[in-house]
Amino acid sequence: MRNYFHLIAVLALFASAPTMADIIHKERSLYRNILVEENGDLRCLKFDEKTRKSSQSCMYISKPKELVFNYTKLTFASLLMIENPKNVLIIGLGGGTLSNVIHELYPDAAIENVEIDPAVIKVARDYFDFIETDNVTAKVQDGRIFIKRAAIKKAQYDWIILDAFNGDYIPEHLLTKEFFTEIKSVLAPGGIVAANTFSSSKLYQHESATYHAVFGDFINVTTEKNSNRIILAGFKNAPSQQIMAKRAEQLSPLLSPYNIDIKAISQGMKSTHDNQDWPKDTKVLTDQYSPANLLNF
Amino acid sequence: MLNKTNALIYLLAFSSGFSIMGIELLGGRILAPFFGSSVHIWGSIITVFMLSLSFGYLLGGKLSIKQPSLTKYGLIFLVASVMVLPIALFAEPIMAFIFSHIEDSRYGSLIASTALFFIPTIILGMISPYSVRLLVTDSEHSGQVAGGLYFVSTLGSALGTIITSFYMVLAFDVNTIIIGFASFIGCLGLLAIVVDSIAKKEPVYA
Repeated sequence: MRNYFHLIAVLALFASAPTMADIIHKERSLYRNILVEENGDLRCLKFDEKTRKSSQSCMYISKPKELVFNYTKLTFASLLMIENPKNVLIIGLGGGTLSNVIHELYPDAAIENVEIDPAVIKVARDYFDFIETDNVTAKVQDGRIFIKRAAIKKAQYDWIILDAFNGDYIPEHLLTKEFFTEIKSVLAPGGIVAANTFSSSKLYQHESATYHAVFGDFINVTTEKNSNRIILAGFKNAPSQQIMAKRAEQLSPLLSPYNIDIKAISQGMKSTHDNQDWPKDTKVLTDQYSPANLLNF
Repeated sequence: MLNKTNALIYLLAFSSGFSIMGIELLGGRILAPFFGSSVHIWGSIITVFMLSLSFGYLLGGKLSIKQPSLTKYGLIFLVASVMVLPIALFAEPIMAFIFSHIEDSRYGSLIASTALFFIPTIILGMISPYSVRLLVTDSEHSGQVAGGLYFVSTLGSALGTIITSFYMVLAFDVNTIIIGFASFIGCLGLLAIVVDSIAKKEPVYA
């Protein structure tokens, strides 16, 4: 009889567990399964049903402006390093959240989104209010090819955001010294590269060493509670503490509607200049040596 | 001696299967910086490998008619070895040229994999039918011999695929592995030629 009670207790636990999310859209694209899930007020884009960490992009349905993910918020630390971005390049669209916020903040800025999977662009439009205008575009292309062609056309961007990695798979040709060198060639003077990267696993060191080999000292943006880090690289001289504090002050009211606490974020910025946290002999990833997925354990 | 020679031929067939798939697998890595890593990259690579293997089979079969010998067999390996080298040496400028002339990455990758892999894979494809010719002694066992050869060379392909993708890319640069394959095939070709010349001398002492 006691056992039955246990069973009932366990069943009750299951029943009271967070309600199963509703899948409101599901499709198999050329690259992956795409799911749009709704769980209460939260709508998420996922690439896999099973792993929970695989949410690519989420939004609150009642407050679509507010950012959900920490790493998305951390990306805005870039704005402490540069003034009014005019040409923004985003590699990896997701739900289009970054593009939308940047467009609202800087309506005159040209924003080019590059996404390899046309189905992701469609889902961003249909379910995540991805805004497209004459100024804000989305192109279906491999990020590496886009950058190579942009370099030939001598295009220049003052804010380049790399967000092409999902939790499970890394396009290895987007994490090499040669790729970063190509990125550098399309970075306008005074511009900045912001990359969503891995902060755990052995890959952390290789990634850091590779960024350092191309861009020199960079800034890690992290928060204690979260495992994400954003790398800010490609700047020549980091602005002084005073200038950054002043910018944080100015940006704070502009960013708070998006649930971005820029002052708190600015506390989590650390230059590798005095804080090189990887061994000196770490192997740099190159087109010749790029087993990024094998290193990501 | 004959049995040892046969064992050598099986070993060489195994090694050519191993190298073909090892190189094919690295093809994806080599093309990615210029043409991306989308599914059409593999479409290009596999198409080119299948096409050149098919031509290789024809040519190898044809070549095996005229006075087949272990020395000629070894020469095929030597030629293949030399033809594999440009993949490591000239891939970069070749792909850069194609990239700047062809906008569509599907056709770009198809042309690039043709430029890089077509000729070496034709030569490597010649090995299979030539092996059959060297091993078959009577028509009764020809099917069995061919079956054994397919077994050995396809097993080599399976191992070449897994060892390259699981372990070698973690330990070496892509070009190092390619040059490794070239040297490996070249050495085996030399070995076949040496063994053949020793075997030819032997009756003198007998």
